[in-house]
Amino acid sequence: MDGMSMDMDFSVLAPEIVVLTGAVTALLAGSFSPRNKQWISRLIAALAVTVGAGFAVAGTLGKPETVFAGTFAVDTATGVARAIICVATLLVIALGGKELTGTSRESETYSLILLSALGAMVMSGTSDLLVLAVGYLLASIPLYALIGMGRSPHAAEAALKTYLLGAFFGIALMLGVAVLYALAGGSTYDALNTELTGAPAAATAVGLVGVLAGLAFKAGAVPGHFWIPDAAQGAGITAATFLTTVPKVGAIIAAYRLLSSIPDTVDWPLLIGLLSVASMTLGNFAAYFQTDVRRLLGWSTVSQAGYLLVPVAVAGHSTLALPSLLFYLAAYAVSNVGAFAVIAATGRYEVEDYRGLIRTAPWLAGALLISLLSLVGTPPTAVFVGKLTTFTAGWDGGLPWLVVLAALNTVVSLFYYLRWIAPAFARSPATPKTRAASDQASSARASSTRGGAASTAAIAGMAVLALGLSAGLLWPWLQGPLAR
Amino acid sequence: MLSLVIFLPLAAALVLAVFPGIKDRAARWVWVVVAAADTALVAGMWAAYEQPPDGGLAFEEQVTWIPSVGSSYHIGADGLSLPLLALTVVVFLACSIYALREQNRPRAQAALFLFLQTSCLGVFAAQDLILFFLFFDLSIVGMYFVIAGWGHGNAARSALKFFLYTFLGSLALLLGFIGLYLYSEPRTFDMVELARLAPLNESPVAGAVILGAVLLGLAIKTPTFPFHTWLPPAHTDAPAIGSAVLAGILLKMGTYGFVRIAMPMLPAAWRDWAWVIIVVGVISVLYGALVALAQTDLKRMIAYTSVNHMGYVVLAVGAAGVAGGSDAAAREVAVTGALTQMVSHGLITAALFLLAGVLKDRAGTYDMDSYGGLARPAPRFALLFAVGAFASLGLPGFSGFIAEFQIFAGSIGTVPWVAVALPGILITAALFLLAVQRLLTGEVRGQSAQVSDLRTTELLSIGTLLCLSILIGVAPRVLLDLIEPASAAVVVLVGR
Repeated sequence: MDGMSMDMDFSVLAPEIVVLTGAVTALLAGSFSPRNKQWISRLIAALAVTVGAGFAVAGTLGKPETVFAGTFAVDTATGVARAIICVATLLVIALGGKELTGTSRESETYSLILLSALGAMVMSGTSDLLVLAVGYLLASIPLYALIGMGRSPHAAEAALKTYLLGAFFGIALMLGVAVLYALAGGSTYDALNTELTGAPAAATAVGLVGVLAGLAFKAGAVPGHFWIPDAAQGAGITAATFLTTVPKVGAIIAAYRLLSSIPDTVDWPLLIGLLSVASMTLGNFAAYFQTDVRRLLGWSTVSQAGYLLVPVAVAGHSTLALPSLLFYLAAYAVSNVGAFAVIAATGRYEVEDYRGLIRTAPWLAGALLISLLSLVGTPPTAVFVGKLTTFTAGWDGGLPWLVVLAALNTVVSLFYYLRWIAPAFARSPATPKTRAASDQASSARASSTRGGAASTAAIAGMAVLALGLSAGLLWPWLQGPLAR
Repeated sequence: MLSLVIFLPLAAALVLAVFPGIKDRAARWVWVVVAAADTALVAGMWAAYEQPPDGGLAFEEQVTWIPSVGSSYHIGADGLSLPLLALTVVVFLACSIYALREQNRPRAQAALFLFLQTSCLGVFAAQDLILFFLFFDLSIVGMYFVIAGWGHGNAARSALKFFLYTFLGSLALLLGFIGLYLYSEPRTFDMVELARLAPLNESPVAGAVILGAVLLGLAIKTPTFPFHTWLPPAHTDAPAIGSAVLAGILLKMGTYGFVRIAMPMLPAAWRDWAWVIIVVGVISVLYGALVALAQTDLKRMIAYTSVNHMGYVVLAVGAAGVAGGSDAAAREVAVTGALTQMVSHGLITAALFLLAGVLKDRAGTYDMDSYGGLARPAPRFALLFAVGAFASLGLPGFSGFIAEFQIFAGSIGTVPWVAVALPGILITAALFLLAVQRLLTGEVRGQSAQVSDLRTTELLSIGTLLCLSILIGVAPRVLLDLIEPASAAVVVLVGR
């Protein structure tokens, strides 16, 4: 078993190393550059995640193995998760141009974004409980700072809430890690798989629940979801996009990987199924009443976490589970970034402010339509293929009730996405004069930097369609076993 | 060829959507020209169509799409789909001509309707369940924007209700499709393969559940009692051409799904539950007719007669599933009648909704009590409305008669008690005669004086639809030669 050998082949960690280097360099470069030259940091950060994505894709081409004494898996799931995280982070940096350029914390922000992304990458790749805990902290701590960076009362409140919840769920995670470690006598997933079979089921369940609670916080799923809507609304739009997209990828893959190695002594499919239903239902019904589009999207991401848990609940019980999960994650990431990019480009936060967007900015309205219809799961968008395959995997894996509830939730979700789409495509703006005036003012202020967010929205919209239509081409790439 | 027919309107829609510089007048004519070209292409296909010897598909095309889940871009036409493809292009052509006088954002409207045309054609041509679902869902999205964007009254609310309700149906359908996929061996979404395999014939419980999901989806779309409540508000608030497409084409997707998906792929379950389907059909016939009789709003009345007319289709396909004792010939007649009814209803109801749109355009209301004696100020309108009403009530000489006669002849031959639905025909006749009397005859009163007669474009579009209905009524072999082999194949498939 070369996976257990202690050979320190750092080349398999190229994406992580590149992103870490990028984070440090961006910070240093920013410290030594004047305020109007902070674009250097921006370039460095963008370059780092681009190169990281390249290495991530290259990393999926080798054979699956675990490295560093079985603590880190280099396989399809890791590679795809790294690629999604890097690309999503790149899009976040692109859409953040309008908001961040020339601010006093520009380079710090890029650095924190990259560090948190790095944490998510570690979480997605690790096959060891202790490294998982490290990844959790690495993904979380920069996030607290990112949310608080806005320095508004809302941002402060959101940062505090996220911090307290993060600390609480972090403790739950570490408690769970401790229990599982004690039961299995080892912390690698391989050890869990072999040793937990004989362990008392109740104790295993306690440990597992603790770890899953921590992951639920990162994924924004019930029960760790409370911070998401507040953070999405309170933080700047760049941070909001990042925190609703990237940590989810790491946490969901981590949950999948962990559960694949837990023996059947605990009925974890039922547990995940219930969490999934709770997330999607709560997220959808809470989103129903929102008038602030950031909160609306925040709750929508909670419900999306619920759909993402469907294939996790059947981890190992259906051959479709892993590829469908990876596809859904990619589809979700671009769709969500696309919707947030429209917010960043328009600078409008109330649903009613979008009235008549089709007249003032038809391309943005189109991108918004595609992104939101994708989140609903309308063909031929990306999330449709994600939903189709995850639903199929869920039923195939023996949880048809979960699939039925997910489908019903999809209908419910349509309602609030339409509440946003409908005004955007309405015939006339509600108050044409005031809107036009404020539009002119804001366009004069930000015309030079608005392009970034608008083109991100357009690119994300096209990617959503391209991903949906070319799903068949990508699929073989997503099929690969987990390394253990 | 078939791909060209499907995607030509989409290509035109993209051009219209992307270039804001296109003048309104040019946009209207682009729409007419593209719709006419598509009609010509389908007419060419109809002329070139030959029943494939093995009962397979003509104009078949297949390209891999998502091979790992057994889904491909697979399209083709046969006696079930070709009549509906033809109906689609004709109704859309009529709408494009009718809309030549549209003042409200004609470029966007033309783009949207062309997009909708692609999605409708795609549904009828699809031979893969995922492809079918894709077009099915896109037609809902398109129609939502038609109602919300060009409707009147409480358009936003009606559009939302339409979207939510039919989206619920489409997800039920998707669950059914996933079930069919999981039970097939080898796993596939290919409709031809699934019809050949009939994967759930050995498992009655799972078959019933999956049929239930598929039927729920199709019943909402059709719509049948008790899932019809989205229909009247959607029609009432939709623009005239939106209603014409909704009633003429979109409703057919539901009934087409019965003969294309539910019956061939789930034959055993269909036979087990045929009596439920017949009962739902009978209730839809009677309930739709009675409620239509009580309406004072012209559009709501036509909308409820759609429930009634679709009820005949459901009743016939249900009767075709009742096995034992009855001879196959009667069941074939029932299915042929059902298919004829789809085409017939599409032509007639689209025409009636366009006529209702004329009233709204001239006098701003659909309230039948606001009119009277229209024959005097608007003789051409009166003539076409009377023709449409007689066609819809099933008078011999019109397509409706051919359809309903076959439906009842075939169904009663199989299941005698469906004769209880016969009063539906009487009630429909009564309500249409009543409407003709209220609107057209007597003193000129109410808003009637404002109603100027049909313009050339209106005459052309509505007249074409009604002429085709008469053509089918007088020379039904044109259509029946195409349909009969297909319905015989369906009866064989459902009898396995």
